[in-house]
Amino acid sequence: MSKKIKSRNLDKYITYSFLILIFVISQLLVMTGVASNKFEGLLVPISVYVLLAVSLNLVVGFSGELSLGHAGFMCVGAYAGSLFSLLMQNVITVWWLRFPMAIIIGGLVAAVAGFLIGIPVLRLRGDYLAIVTLAFGEIIKNLFNNMYLAIDKNGVFFSMNASAYTKHAFDAATKQDLIKGAQGITGTPNDSNFVICFIVIMICVIALLNLIDSKTGRSIKAARDNRIAAEAMGIDVTKAKMTAFVIASFIAGMAGVLYSHNLRTLVASKFDYNLSILVLVFVVLGGMKNMRNVIIATIILYALPEALRALNDYRMLLYAIVLIVMMLLNNNDKFAAFKKKLSIKALIARFNTKGGVK
Amino acid sequence: MPILETKDLGIQFGGLKAVDGLYIKIEKGQLYGLIGPNGAGKTTVFNLLTGVYQPTSGSFYFDGEQISNSSPVSINKKGIARTFQNIRLFGDMSVIDNVKVGFHNSYKYSMLEGVLRVGRYRKQEKEYHDKAMELLKVFGMENEAKLLASNLPYGKQRKLEIARAMATNPKLLLLDEPAAGMNPNETAELMETIRFVRDNFDMTILLIEHDMKLVSGICEEVTVLNFGTVLAQGKTETVLNDPKVITAYIGEDD
Ligand SMILES: Nc1ncnc2c1ncn2[C@@H]1O[C@H](COP(=O)(O)OP(=O)(O)OP(=O)(O)O)[C@@H](O)[C@H]1O
Ligand SMILES: [Mg+2]
Repeated sequence: MSKKIKSRNLDKYITYSFLILIFVISQLLVMTGVASNKFEGLLVPISVYVLLAVSLNLVVGFSGELSLGHAGFMCVGAYAGSLFSLLMQNVITVWWLRFPMAIIIGGLVAAVAGFLIGIPVLRLRGDYLAIVTLAFGEIIKNLFNNMYLAIDKNGVFFSMNASAYTKHAFDAATKQDLIKGAQGITGTPNDSNFVICFIVIMICVIALLNLIDSKTGRSIKAARDNRIAAEAMGIDVTKAKMTAFVIASFIAGMAGVLYSHNLRTLVASKFDYNLSILVLVFVVLGGMKNMRNVIIATIILYALPEALRALNDYRMLLYAIVLIVMMLLNNNDKFAAFKKKLSIKALIARFNTKGGVK
Repeated sequence: MPILETKDLGIQFGGLKAVDGLYIKIEKGQLYGLIGPNGAGKTTVFNLLTGVYQPTSGSFYFDGEQISNSSPVSINKKGIARTFQNIRLFGDMSVIDNVKVGFHNSYKYSMLEGVLRVGRYRKQEKEYHDKAMELLKVFGMENEAKLLASNLPYGKQRKLEIARAMATNPKLLLLDEPAAGMNPNETAELMETIRFVRDNFDMTILLIEHDMKLVSGICEEVTVLNFGTVLAQGKTETVLNDPKVITAYIGEDD
């Protein structure tokens, strides 16, 4: 095998070792009691953000599409997974059997959502995906925020109307609330833990790095670098972009399940635009493309505000300084190119191009 | 049966007939030239033949099959590959990965095999890695395999475009100004390489070129376009000595 393939593998193994190292250290800190309860409480959320960031990086960094609604896919996954666990709690009582099923179901439902969004949008050239995913995220949030789902011995009650829910005559003895509007889902079994999160992260990162370094990954990158040339080489650009987008949605959905099984109450308002943008910031400041850097950026940027909490007023100031330093350390022209892509002027220009080819 | 035949092929942009009433017949194994002044419509012909533009009149036949309304992807799968006048490499990918993208439809392993690294994945990655290296060797670029494509010097970017197009295993190769920006030495070397490719890879080549030395050196037949229409057509020597052609190139007012 060639040197090049070897050196690529080396880079992968560095990433895997890095993840394992972080896991082992965190576990040791927790087990020996050195770490505070707060530190322990951060492990699952950080893992969830790592999953969100690596999956969004596949879309933004590798397929070159801008997605502003990653939280929406996480939300869909979280609700699907929680509903499954709630309903199956008494059917499948072994949690370590039920929870992986919930994770996969959450991922699948989110992947279907990604597929449905992708069908109309990814055929088009230009940053339509940014606009549609932005809308998708908001719509999903509001949809779940107003959704009422309950069961009693008379059957299933479903409504998008709060007063219909209040007025409905439930059989009090057998009534079980599943989704209760803005109050969301309560009573999801707390099956999530750091070990499972770590396993899911490892599987996803290995799968993603293998994918990127296969013919599929090359077609995704080719479609990003030059759409017209990619088509001239016989690559179905829509399919390549769709593959990246659906896989990313799947992982975001799984992250949502890990997240929702770590909470007492799951509410849709958590999955807002700010969450999507936060993950995008992790990806962009991680330099895009390189998965390990994106993971490092996520861990630092997520943990930092928490670690600095003791400093009170200076916290956000320090956080801002770190952001600026990371920006400067970043590959500058790439960041500049990305900013250019984000600017409104560039967006308008993209909608107006007719696509002449020389 | 000619490998490529266009019949009354044309395209109109608004009021401009960029290509009009084009008849070309190219036999298998030929090295055919398409020349003409700037803006004559040469690149537009390539865009028609590769499905980037749909013709507004006429049609063309590849290997006897009418493919004038196909998509770029399906035309490439049928066996036509091209290079671009304004280089369109995959700039953020390595040189060898650019060539491997060309092999995309030759790989037979599934996405799942690729993700799990099982089944046909390893064998085929090795096989096409070696094939990509062989192609790079044809252009003397085997030592640049790991470079980022955008970091290559201009001349080598043009060569990589050809190597990448060849990786799609075409029967007909369309080269849009392959020698543009090259010095006379590089051009002479490229001429040899193009001939070598035609002779050893079983390809028919249609090329656009402004360098008359290259055209007269390797093209057996040429078509001269001017303002979208055919000015002259036939054996290279005869056509290049045609006073009409000389006037079109030098300009009418002297
Ligand atoms: N998409 C398009 N829309 C409008 N006009 C176009 C389009 N594509 C090409 N043209 C016009 O068609 C004409 C032929 O252009 P083309 O690029 O084919 O010329 P060319 O022979 O390749 O010239 P050069 O030697 O400079 O490359 C030009 O007048 C050009 O402006
Ligand atoms: Mg041209």
